[in-house]
Amino acid sequence: MSIILDKVDYVYNGGTAYEKRALNQVSLKIQDGEFIGIIGHTGSGKSTLIQHLNGLLLASSGGIYYNGRDIYEEDYDRKELRSKVGLVFQYPEHQLFEPTVFADVCFGPKNLGLSRKESELRAFSALRGVGLPEEYWYRSPFELSGGQKRRAAIAGVLAMKPEVLILDEPTAGLDPLGRDEILNQIASMHRELNMTILLVSHSMEDVAEYVNRIIVMNQGSILLDGAPKEVFRYRQELEAAGLSVPQVTELMQELRDRGIPVSPEVTTLKEAKEAVLQAFSKHRQA
Amino acid sequence: MLRDITIGQYYPSDSILHQLDPRVKLMGTLVYVLSLFFFRGVSGFLAVTLGLAVLIRLSGVPVGYMVKGLKAIAVILILTGMFNLLLTPGEPLISFGAVKITEEGIKSAAFMVVRLTYLVLGSSVLTLTTTPNRLTDGLEKALRPLNRIGVPVHEISMIMSIALRFIPILVEETDKIMKAQLARGADFESGNLIKRAKSMVPLLVPLFVSAFRRANDLALAMEARCYNGGMGRTKMKPLKYERRDGAAYLLLALYFAGIIALRIWLKF
Repeated sequence: MSIILDKVDYVYNGGTAYEKRALNQVSLKIQDGEFIGIIGHTGSGKSTLIQHLNGLLLASSGGIYYNGRDIYEEDYDRKELRSKVGLVFQYPEHQLFEPTVFADVCFGPKNLGLSRKESELRAFSALRGVGLPEEYWYRSPFELSGGQKRRAAIAGVLAMKPEVLILDEPTAGLDPLGRDEILNQIASMHRELNMTILLVSHSMEDVAEYVNRIIVMNQGSILLDGAPKEVFRYRQELEAAGLSVPQVTELMQELRDRGIPVSPEVTTLKEAKEAVLQAFSKHRQA
Repeated sequence: MLRDITIGQYYPSDSILHQLDPRVKLMGTLVYVLSLFFFRGVSGFLAVTLGLAVLIRLSGVPVGYMVKGLKAIAVILILTGMFNLLLTPGEPLISFGAVKITEEGIKSAAFMVVRLTYLVLGSSVLTLTTTPNRLTDGLEKALRPLNRIGVPVHEISMIMSIALRFIPILVEETDKIMKAQLARGADFESGNLIKRAKSMVPLLVPLFVSAFRRANDLALAMEARCYNGGMGRTKMKPLKYERRDGAAYLLLALYFAGIIALRIWLKF
């Protein structure tokens, strides 16, 4: 089970004054069960890229293969693809429309042609999955707070039971607490349901702690692709692309520059604590 | 998906039409529209076609881009054509039972379709070559005399420019919501009329909510910057006529006189 992109190009508004090349020869392989962060500055093509993965945008040239099948084949069922590759857009709460949260979450499964009972069962477990308290389920989505609306919207995609879940900036506009809650929830979905997850973000801080692979986009191309520790080694390249390494990594690298022997390959606060303690104990022994 | 809607949009370029004073272009559009309802016969048709072709050529906007704008009115064009074709009284040329097609019907159908097409193409030249800001300025200044008889000219032009400005925003928003619902398995294209109308609900509800939210935000932002209408407001770049504007007025007058002359003296 995998998604393969082969030299994908995408051009917006071809042939007019507004022409813009959004993707440039993007090749990529996504394996089952991966937890990937896609990072890039505004306009780097990350949102365009993910809309190709479920066939909402069609590449200007190049090929995309889902589980070994070409999704541009004539008899390929792209509607089914969209249920396998769930996509949560930026500000997904803007798509809520039903009178109650529960009915809205049922929308996806109902579109798949499932029975009412099955749809409701799925909505039930999806809402549980995103951790939205039951007291909100039968209220109008417009009465909920921002973070709660966002959970409801994510549940709406989750209820389709996708094999791959893509989230475009799921923490945009949330306060730090809401941000951590959503990200932890996503991480636990990855652990418990063994879902393949792609997390799009412009912030290294957001993804560094959770993902096991980072793809850095710059001007429509893939700049870096690898484990977080590998990617964060390229601090200058990242800064040139308008991105920064996580603050703790930066701190560790600064400390090292000043002659304190800590590992520069630190991405989370916990690791930083270990590294500093280690450096101290070495210091004491010496 | 929906990015094909070009009505009311600005197309950046620096052609001679882009540089003209917006008041000239407003006047020009008015004259052009009048001429569309004035011309008669093949000679008039040729004259109007020539005028439109010159306009499009001068605007520097690709023809394909303009023709795309017609897609939006395709349904209206077809309906108008059908009604004129089938419902115009006269000598029947062909008849299938109750359906009669007359010579007059064919003529009036052809003329109406041509008129509507030219109307949309010609007036889109105005918005394609004029930024919403300049358009508002032009309209406000051209209509200023009406202020004296109590017409709220500034408010009208402000409303118009906001409406124009919001077309691309709402199109983009529609596109986004459509994609989001497609990602949840929605289907906007298949099924009969009732099913399709129903499938619009997941699109329209969020669209209305967002339109109201945006309108509210805009009103707040305007108030926060002390907007209080046109009273005593000055412009950073006031409109000033230049020589090319005079020349354009002259050409317009000649064009209009030509159309009238054709109508009076040439009967075919």
